Amino acid sequence: MADDTATTDAPEATSDVVTDERREALLAVFVEHLGDGVIEHHLKPGAGLWVRVATEAWALAAEVARDKAGLRWFDFLTAVDWLPSPYGRYEDSAVDVPFPPPMPERSAAVPGYAGGDSRIQVLASVAKAGTDLRVILKVDVPDDDPRIATWSGIFAGAAWHEREAHEMFGIAFDGNADLRHIYLPTEFEGHPLRKEFPLLARVVKPWPGIVDVEPMPGGDDEDDAEATEAEGGDA
Amino acid sequence: MTLMTESQQLAYANAQAADGRVNVELETDDGMVLNMGPQHPATHGTLRIIARLDGEQVTSADVMCGYMHRGYEKLCEVRTYPQVTTLVNRIDWLGSFANEVPFILAAEQLMEIEAPPRAMWIRTILFELSRIANVSLFIGDLALQLGAQTPAFLAFRDREFVLNQIESVTGGRFHPNFDRIGGLKDDLPKGWIADTKAAMGRLRSFCDDMEGLVYGNEIFQTRTRGIGVIPAHVAQSYGLSGANLRGSGVDWDLRRDANVGLAYDQLDWKVWTHPDGDSFSRCWVRLQEVREATKIVDQLCDGLPSGPIMAKVPRIIKVPAGEAYVATENPLGAMGYYVVSRGDIGPFRVKIRSASFNNISIAPWLLRGVYVPDIIAILASLYFILGDIDR
Repeated sequence: MADDTATTDAPEATSDVVTDERREALLAVFVEHLGDGVIEHHLKPGAGLWVRVATEAWALAAEVARDKAGLRWFDFLTAVDWLPSPYGRYEDSAVDVPFPPPMPERSAAVPGYAGGDSRIQVLASVAKAGTDLRVILKVDVPDDDPRIATWSGIFAGAAWHEREAHEMFGIAFDGNADLRHIYLPTEFEGHPLRKEFPLLARVVKPWPGIVDVEPMPGGDDEDDAEATEAEGGDA
Repeated sequence: MTLMTESQQLAYANAQAADGRVNVELETDDGMVLNMGPQHPATHGTLRIIARLDGEQVTSADVMCGYMHRGYEKLCEVRTYPQVTTLVNRIDWLGSFANEVPFILAAEQLMEIEAPPRAMWIRTILFELSRIANVSLFIGDLALQLGAQTPAFLAFRDREFVLNQIESVTGGRFHPNFDRIGGLKDDLPKGWIADTKAAMGRLRSFCDDMEGLVYGNEIFQTRTRGIGVIPAHVAQSYGLSGANLRGSGVDWDLRRDANVGLAYDQLDWKVWTHPDGDSFSRCWVRLQEVREATKIVDQLCDGLPSGPIMAKVPRIIKVPAGEAYVATENPLGAMGYYVVSRGDIGPFRVKIRSASFNNISIAPWLLRGVYVPDIIAILASLYFILGDIDR
């Protein structure tokens, strides 16, 4: 990747505009075949392409990726819960805070690259073998009924990843006949990777390692990340 | 099984005759259910396979994992960035250092810092040493699963040379926890380069031994050639990676094609592929990759640049908000971390894309129609580490 930017972007380095023609061409393929199905995108030149597609266009997006864009290699499928954790980083001891703590407002869920309107988003990555081209596709799943079309008919490898996303986030994948638990016991209740699911080990006993960097002996620069431009080797 | 050659059919006939007593039990009207695992000696780890049999042939196989699920993705959300390396060391425990690299690279990408060249080269050396330690054990284990004892002992013996080198740099034989955001914990100890080159020589002769002892063995060939064939398009749609993908003729190696800062683009090396897609080709590609890795390490040792091993990083690491996905070519295949940061001291969400999860997800498809002894050979050739499946 380093020599890519060196060769193709060298003339433009002076104008401070970094372009990434290969990924822009890839984006154009999705826009051409999905039309309004492409809601938003985010392009980091030389690093990655994120495309958010409409919920109805999710299955079609997989077909376009495989058949039109040449991204035949299935990488992974997962989900992100954008709500901040009500437990924070479990810094507080369980006796100080009520359990369970109040859930954050729905408006606190801020989506990442390429935006989003739902609390939980499904994202999947597909790549083109032999190159460094890859697209991360995102899709909103409705808050009240988390349900999305399956990819398992197009990418066989998605079947297991959907099983994992199903048990971890409670997302239903229409068309995936086998959504049994893959990691958790069959009778397990709840969806562990949702933010409201407590990490009970931490609730029972606060983690002593939450303070990662202890104050330097004799130093008075603790709690001030900006001011501590120390040599990394000392840390 | 149209793919079987005559000699293979003969081998099956012999095996069936020898196991006549078992065959009586297996030949039931509506098939028999064969449960392997979760504690089965042939699955090296707690993987459970439930195969439905018609005689000696598998009609359907269900692969069950999760007996070792440790919830790393949830745990990452409550750890700080430097603490995550300790966790991810335990994913693929035979090549631990390689697990740290993509995560650190993803964090560095978000922080827009770059490790100094010397750190990148040493990272690459340790990355390749992890591959050699991991895959050399695979070769021994492969032979063990097919009934040969000696190669396993040779593999354990020669892997020790590599582990010693890893240990003398990092202090850890299995869990180095050596990679830092912005560089490495320490520089190489004195005299290490010469020792490493000697060890690489040992490993090359190990590869030569194995090529004759295992790969040239008639029994090994009969049990792997033409068995468990994965066509290239199926391999891609399951997301197979590493030698499993290259064994199906797909010429793709993230080290060459999607290198993220490591020193591979400055070296002279070759990506090995095999067109057959059967168990043999997957194993063969792995052997070639160990040999290639020893040459890579030699070149890295020769060209090691001088300079610092740590970039300037804040003492308390806060990663700016953003998302990054970095994948590297780990011993088992493509391993990536999707890191979502909210500008905090720890990640907001980490998705661990481990190679074995995708690699083993093809097993139900692949095992359909094979014979019972081939289950072992095929699973061995897919090569998975349970920690890498279950995370």
